[in-house]
Amino acid sequence: MQRTVLLAALLALAAAVGSSLAAPVNYKNPDEVAAFKPGPNLDVVQGNCTACHSSDYIATQPQMKDKKGFWQAEVTKMIKVYGAPIDDADVGKIVDYLAATY
Amino acid sequence: MFDRRDLLKGAGLAAMAATLNATKALALDTVTLPFANGERPLVKYPQKRPMIGLTSRPPQLETPFAVFNDGPITPNNAFFVRYHLSDIPYTLDPDKFTLEIKGKVDKPLKLSLKDIKKLKATEIVAVNQCSGNSRGFFEPRVAGGQIANGAMGNARWRGVPLKAVLDMAGVQSGAKQVVFGGMDGPVSDKTPDFAKALDLDHAADGEVMLAYGMNGEDLPFLNGFPLRLIVPGYYGTYWVKHLNEITVIDSVYDGFWMKSAYRIPDTPNNSVEPGTAPKATIPINRFTIRSFITSVTDGAKLKAGRTTLRGIAFDGGKGIKQVEISTDGGKTWAKANLGKDLGKYSFREWKLPVKLAAGQVELKVRATGNGGEMQPDTPRWNPAGYLRNVVETTRVTVA
Repeated sequence: MQRTVLLAALLALAAAVGSSLAAPVNYKNPDEVAAFKPGPNLDVVQGNCTACHSSDYIATQPQMKDKKGFWQAEVTKMIKVYGAPIDDADVGKIVDYLAATY
Repeated sequence: MFDRRDLLKGAGLAAMAATLNATKALALDTVTLPFANGERPLVKYPQKRPMIGLTSRPPQLETPFAVFNDGPITPNNAFFVRYHLSDIPYTLDPDKFTLEIKGKVDKPLKLSLKDIKKLKATEIVAVNQCSGNSRGFFEPRVAGGQIANGAMGNARWRGVPLKAVLDMAGVQSGAKQVVFGGMDGPVSDKTPDFAKALDLDHAADGEVMLAYGMNGEDLPFLNGFPLRLIVPGYYGTYWVKHLNEITVIDSVYDGFWMKSAYRIPDTPNNSVEPGTAPKATIPINRFTIRSFITSVTDGAKLKAGRTTLRGIAFDGGKGIKQVEISTDGGKTWAKANLGKDLGKYSFREWKLPVKLAAGQVELKVRATGNGGEMQPDTPRWNPAGYLRNVVETTRVTVA
């Protein structure tokens, strides 16, 4: 008797689970551990860059001969192409940090 | 739109979220990809095995190359992940998901996942490869995601032909292109939202698919759950994830991700003199032909004598005609035995018993497609680091 009740309950549960398409997703990324290296104007860099992307976007870039030219072009791209609202006064500081640090 | 305060707040929130979140993303280990500044953490994400971490927000994960020696199908938990923008629908409800078909159609549609799954399903085995796969090997180096050869994978996709849905909606005469948008988007509304377009003929060819299944399971979240576009033979940039918006237009789509990004030189080999800029460009399209040795890694020490080399080859959809192997740095070549044909868009396995003599040995592999396309001996170059398909060399020490 008890076993029948248990079986019925299990079947009901299985039916309930089977009838729903899928549970809402709540996908959790692991913590962001990548961090900017210490350097000049670090606060300006953190304030301007991290709203849209993690610091490993920068750390994994190849090291070019003309570091300043490379990073100037990247920061310009972020502003002109991706619409990053970076103050004119901050651009030089960010480029200096990137060229000196990466 | 956000202002400076929001930006600072955003950074603060990210930091706060990081402290509140229970799971730890401590790198399990690191791997060093074979190019300068190639050190990467090995990271563990939900639904994924340890993967090579390129970036964490948005997440970008590369498949450890050894996976490709396990068989022609890349497991879901090892499949690479590439995003452009950080606002990702992490909390979506598949029961409330709708795909909208609109624009130059007679009957605009809103389909639930259930509606889509009721339509006649088809399957196709197809390689997905990031446009920038292997960008780290470009010389001179170029900006962008610095990945080795692991931003590719081969899966059995299940879904419905895009054509079926376009036919239901009734494409109007004069329509030229179909534009695809996903649920992921930019953090700032000044950043161009990700959208891609295909010519109508291509979109309605019966092969381009709306896929909900991957290797017999639902799509993993990071691979576009619950629905993504499959564009067999075309680079991954067109395989829009979390696909929820299809718009038929009567013009050529001029959004940023088609008009300015993902462009290749309009030259015979889509290549330019290294370090120079192309005069004219076209949207990236079909894969170039590639082949790899998967059973031996560069720098390995092997025993002299008989061994069997294994690997994979694929192309943009003509299919693989032959694969040749050289064990003497390219002086002589032997035809490999091709494995089971899983379709013209799939990885094709190959195998070849060889006899290795002692010394420093350069193993090379090259594929020829059914359309006659071959891999070049010298690498192509373009400023964005796309289309790499040079004949690969694996250097080993035999003793």
